[in-house]
Amino acid sequence: MSAVTLGLPSFPPRSPEGAGFLRGAEKFPAAAHHELANAQLRRNIGKATHTIRAKRIHVTEELPDWEELRDAGSAIKTDVMARLPELLEQFEAAVIARGGTVHWAADANEANAIVTELVKTTGSDEVIKVKSMATQEIGLNEHLETQGITAYETDLAELIVQLGHDKPSHILVPAIHRNRSEIREIFLREMPDVDPELGDNPAELAAAARKFLRHKFMTTPVAISGANFGIADTGTLTVVESEGNGRMCLTLPKTLITVMGIEKILPTYRDLEVFLQLLPRSSTGERMNPYTSMWTGVTPGDGPQEFHLVLLDNGRTAALADKIGREALNCIRCSACLNVCPVYERTGGHAYGSTYPGPIGAVLTPQLAGMHGKDDPNSTLPFASTLCGACFDACPVKIDIPSLLVELRHQKVEQSGVTAEALAMKAASYAMSSSTRWTAAQKAAGLGRIVAGKKGKISTLPPPLNGWTAARDIPAPPKQTFRSWWDSDEGRAALDQARRGAHPDSDGKAEK
Amino acid sequence: MNSRDLVLGRIRDAITLAPAVDAEIPRNYRTGRTLPDDERIDLFVDRLVDYKAYVHQCAATGIAETIADILAANALKIVGIPAGLDRTWVADFYDELVVDSSDVPAPELERLDAVITGSAVSCAETGTIFLDAGPDQGRRALTLVPDTHICVVFGESVEVGVPEAMAKLTPERPTTMISGPSATSDIELERVEGVHGPRNLHVVIVS
Ligand code: SF4
Repeated sequence: MSAVTLGLPSFPPRSPEGAGFLRGAEKFPAAAHHELANAQLRRNIGKATHTIRAKRIHVTEELPDWEELRDAGSAIKTDVMARLPELLEQFEAAVIARGGTVHWAADANEANAIVTELVKTTGSDEVIKVKSMATQEIGLNEHLETQGITAYETDLAELIVQLGHDKPSHILVPAIHRNRSEIREIFLREMPDVDPELGDNPAELAAAARKFLRHKFMTTPVAISGANFGIADTGTLTVVESEGNGRMCLTLPKTLITVMGIEKILPTYRDLEVFLQLLPRSSTGERMNPYTSMWTGVTPGDGPQEFHLVLLDNGRTAALADKIGREALNCIRCSACLNVCPVYERTGGHAYGSTYPGPIGAVLTPQLAGMHGKDDPNSTLPFASTLCGACFDACPVKIDIPSLLVELRHQKVEQSGVTAEALAMKAASYAMSSSTRWTAAQKAAGLGRIVAGKKGKISTLPPPLNGWTAARDIPAPPKQTFRSWWDSDEGRAALDQARRGAHPDSDGKAEK
Repeated sequence: MNSRDLVLGRIRDAITLAPAVDAEIPRNYRTGRTLPDDERIDLFVDRLVDYKAYVHQCAATGIAETIADILAANALKIVGIPAGLDRTWVADFYDELVVDSSDVPAPELERLDAVITGSAVSCAETGTIFLDAGPDQGRRALTLVPDTHICVVFGESVEVGVPEAMAKLTPERPTTMISGPSATSDIELERVEGVHGPRNLHVVIVS
């Protein structure tokens, strides 16, 4: 059954340019600049990320074995990447044995063509959709539209985005950037037969969406979904959701087409016991999401009687071929890293230009689609981070995003020659390689306070570092080095207090 | 070369270029947990209430009365049941009872005020009920389209945690995990019960 590779292995291709949404039109710093100017967006996102963050911490602390679950989750995914060919073949055979049909798509264009052909065969020119990152990534809705097929998003947030002719800004709550009055206006403008008296409280807005979509669920013969997990040993597919729109799409139509990235595989059904604990708690901060659907091929008399699975590469094998980038494929798209990221919190998702925003997007996007030289917006993504490490702590599968970002920065620097960043990195590594030099450098950095002045921020640095300050203010360096603080009265007092068990206030505490 | 062989070849190339290390999978998380009956059920009830499900507790002899009370209190008159449901559960209900079958088109399920089913297994720690399309649960559409779902859960089928509950499932059966009624938090993160699925979930715990 297995393919024979002849000759030397070659580096697999990235996702093709011009297909799908893995590349924005603008570089991150430029895009971030006008997103930063949008105060409404920043307020909405700030409020939302803080709320989810607090809930997540509450429900993860509740589990005494949270760290053990993370370890298991991380190891299972690492094992998957090591055994991907055999697991995919096993999965394919199990799906076929249960009456499903399996298609393989090398890239976005091929996946779009396969799905279009499948929809056309059913004779329908409408499809209903479950929220899915994979179909977002390949630009499926837009492609179907060019083929005369209308795709209706059925997740409330996706519907808001779709009706607003907008792009999602968060992988979990795509309309996080919209508030109730904006949503009301979109519904009034775009939904047929909406009561003009429609109020703007969330319950009323949700009811309007329910009415609008009910008819679609009952009459559309084809549905398209993604998958959170595909189980190799049983051929089972899993979709995790809240609203019931997923269940509607997965069970009511005659034909179901599922597009799944090849990295979404889990070896055994038992592995779900790990991920169904990690995912809901990390993503919405709930103990469990309201609904999870699991199906294996076709069940006579229950649900769609025709099931097609499209397995998608689209740059995933290129990420796999990089021993560092491979780790990014472990991502289960929970969005915890977005919600803790200080950069994402201020810029929102649109600035990243990709289906995958935030810390993981900054790693995954260049991996899937490449960084083609210094004019490519994707080559600015690895710099869209403060490397504070919060994303690593939050990640349920322990992806070391900061290290991956540093590695990508290095690759980018190698590619495009000397930049401010390269110089800074060089200087930093020189300073850090000796402790006397490091202490001296830290003391010298104290001088930066004079440049920063009263506002405590450095807004413009002289060349060649002005590239850095063009997109961000640098906080003034601390008054003292850590070592000199440690030796001071203040430091000794704090240490004393810590010994007595009363922790001095730390930043992290504010979240809990 | 077809795309299947192409993609599998690329994966093999990728693993050759960046060889993978064998990973030992540590499974030190909690499994095989048990709790005394009352603690387990209390935990389950606590979680269900947290999810805004309505909880009713009764003895095995009280199922029919409990169900009839729920239906009467909510003026639910047209009630669907799967073919394999224990009919004694609806012995005290005298309005219209509709027995579902797979050839009833899904839109017709919209005329049902409520649906009554059993359940396969439940998880106390997360307040999750698993339906696996068994004879007392019916096809998936039946518990999805009507606005109210009354689900009977036997105390002994409630497991402590996710691993314990999942171990009781048959993977090949179409399985739906339910934790409370349908909900969305998509508008300003304010939770709204019931968007597309049933807006009311009544759980009858029998012990
Ligand atoms: S990288 Fe980790 S935290 Fe971020 S979305 Fe993926 S799994 Fe979640």
